[in-house]
Amino acid sequence: MTGYIFRRILQAIPVFLGTTFLIYFMVFAMPGDPIVALFGDKTPNPAVVAQLRAQYHLDQPFIVQYFIYLGGIFRGDFGLSFSGEPVTAILARTFPVTARLAILALLFETFFGILVGLISGLRKGKLFDASSLAVSLILISLPIFVIAFVAQYVFGVWLGWARTTVSSGAPLQDLILPALVLASVSFAQIMRLTRASVIETSGLDFVRTAYSKGLSSRRVIPVHILRNSLIPVVTYLATDFGVLLVGATITEGIFNVPGVGNTLYQAIIRGEGPTVVSFVTVMVLIYLVVNILVDLFYGLLDPRIRYVK
Amino acid sequence: MSSNPTGGPTDATRGAAPSSTHYVAALDETPLVGVDTVKVAEKRSNLWIDAWQDVRGRPMFWISAALILVVALVALFPGLFTQTPPNNNCILGNSNGGPADGHPLGFTKQGCDIYSRIVHGTSTSLSVGFIVIVLTTTLGILFGSFAGFYGGWVDAVLSRVGDIFFSIPYILAAVVIMSVLSQYRSVWSISLAIGVFAWPSTARVLRSEILRVKNADFVMASTALGLSRFKILLKHVLPNSIAPVIVITTISLAAAIVAEASLSFLGVGLGSNIMSWGNDINQAQNDLRTAPQTLILPSIALSVTVFAFISLGEVVRDALDPKARALR
Repeated sequence: MTGYIFRRILQAIPVFLGTTFLIYFMVFAMPGDPIVALFGDKTPNPAVVAQLRAQYHLDQPFIVQYFIYLGGIFRGDFGLSFSGEPVTAILARTFPVTARLAILALLFETFFGILVGLISGLRKGKLFDASSLAVSLILISLPIFVIAFVAQYVFGVWLGWARTTVSSGAPLQDLILPALVLASVSFAQIMRLTRASVIETSGLDFVRTAYSKGLSSRRVIPVHILRNSLIPVVTYLATDFGVLLVGATITEGIFNVPGVGNTLYQAIIRGEGPTVVSFVTVMVLIYLVVNILVDLFYGLLDPRIRYVK
Repeated sequence: MSSNPTGGPTDATRGAAPSSTHYVAALDETPLVGVDTVKVAEKRSNLWIDAWQDVRGRPMFWISAALILVVALVALFPGLFTQTPPNNNCILGNSNGGPADGHPLGFTKQGCDIYSRIVHGTSTSLSVGFIVIVLTTTLGILFGSFAGFYGGWVDAVLSRVGDIFFSIPYILAAVVIMSVLSQYRSVWSISLAIGVFAWPSTARVLRSEILRVKNADFVMASTALGLSRFKILLKHVLPNSIAPVIVITTISLAAAIVAEASLSFLGVGLGSNIMSWGNDINQAQNDLRTAPQTLILPSIALSVTVFAFISLGEVVRDALDPKARALR
């Protein structure tokens, strides 16, 4: 296992260098003045421009600039936001809210996804299966901002069951609707994965053995079928984290959840380029770390993974 | 049964019931039959013919194909569907107004005809979708086929490059690119921004398929016949590995349409002078309470288009992948 952890972390190093380089390259190696370009249509304050130029060391050769920037990341320095607040300070304030939202969404999507997927898989071809497949196809086809607006309109405006925007402090009951929206797309994917996996596992010999030695389905379904069907779901959760990050940006923006995603959203719609770049960098780094953690967990879960080169 | 091509037993000998309990079969009872005999009368069959047979009988295929046909027609010939210009002729007095004579879906906040804007936005969405899949398929085939076929250090380098691009969620990457390219917002730049980061999934799918195919007997046969490695890849391995690429391309097209709409919705997508569903949704979001139709209608157009491509992709995947077929 130690060798596996070591190998996995070693693999992550070129990816980490590559992604940070790419982001840096995208912004600062483009033709024209990158600082002015980041401000879009706005006329930047000359003092801010000068400060940014110094911050990004634009008088140095490109590769030197990149390494200075990389050094900053290692020291936890992601630069200043548009309003002059350190990005890390904003993160410290907003991250707990996003974590709460994301955990809530993860709970919803895994619980309902696995439950519906299991029932569907066990009743393959029946009405429940057909209708949940149809619903999942529709959910996958709906862009997340459409789901968010429809939910906001139906539950917030029309039925009045939930607040359309989250109140300050982001109490848990206000986060339920945004979390459901955030969970919806991944719910559909998890449901389908579980269903496919359950159908496959149900046909295997050990399930037949379990039934023929007289076990009730109350024991066979959770212990034999479900447990062996969950590995693809765990793998999916790693890639799903990217979906959650992008989804959180849009959902938090629409429901005005004071989280990391909303900060990025506000920076994007206000055209505050430097803040956008810092936050995207942070999100990509979080994404990388989570992927490594999930891979390690996966190696723990399935010994076969550890030995494959 | 008068003619007997295999030269086996005639009906007379086979049909004769043995009268004694110890029946000894005639020597010619079980003739040698070549197991590889080509049955000439059998219908020709390959993956594509099988897939077509399968797809043909599924209503979902016809529904999605019909939807795509309609969407394509609207995109190519918007003039056939509406005479109302989408941009000029907007009367502010009609702001957020309901349906009126000649304006079946009502008006946007600026008093423009919603129906006409939806019709004219179609080609934008489809153009972005198609440019993106041309990009992702080209890059994906280049990276995926070389990595999978040549293996070794070529695979190591190409796959790591793919990993790097894969590690940045492509909408976030496109947000950064479009923020930098704020002066050059067009269908081309947004497609580039999406496509440059969306290709690794195509490359990964193709790579794993090629890893499977490249050890097949026909590849060894081609090597034995003296075909060069590159020609084998081009003529034998690629055509036999392309099926999953077709599936992922269909789904990428839908994803690209969503990405464009999301970026335009965030305000870093297309310029406001370009007709786009995402832009219209962005414009309408503040009037959700008072005029939900201005937001819902372009959303429906967007979702139906995405639905059509995703369900087509799924039907095709089911047809091309026997394992997926078993799940139905």
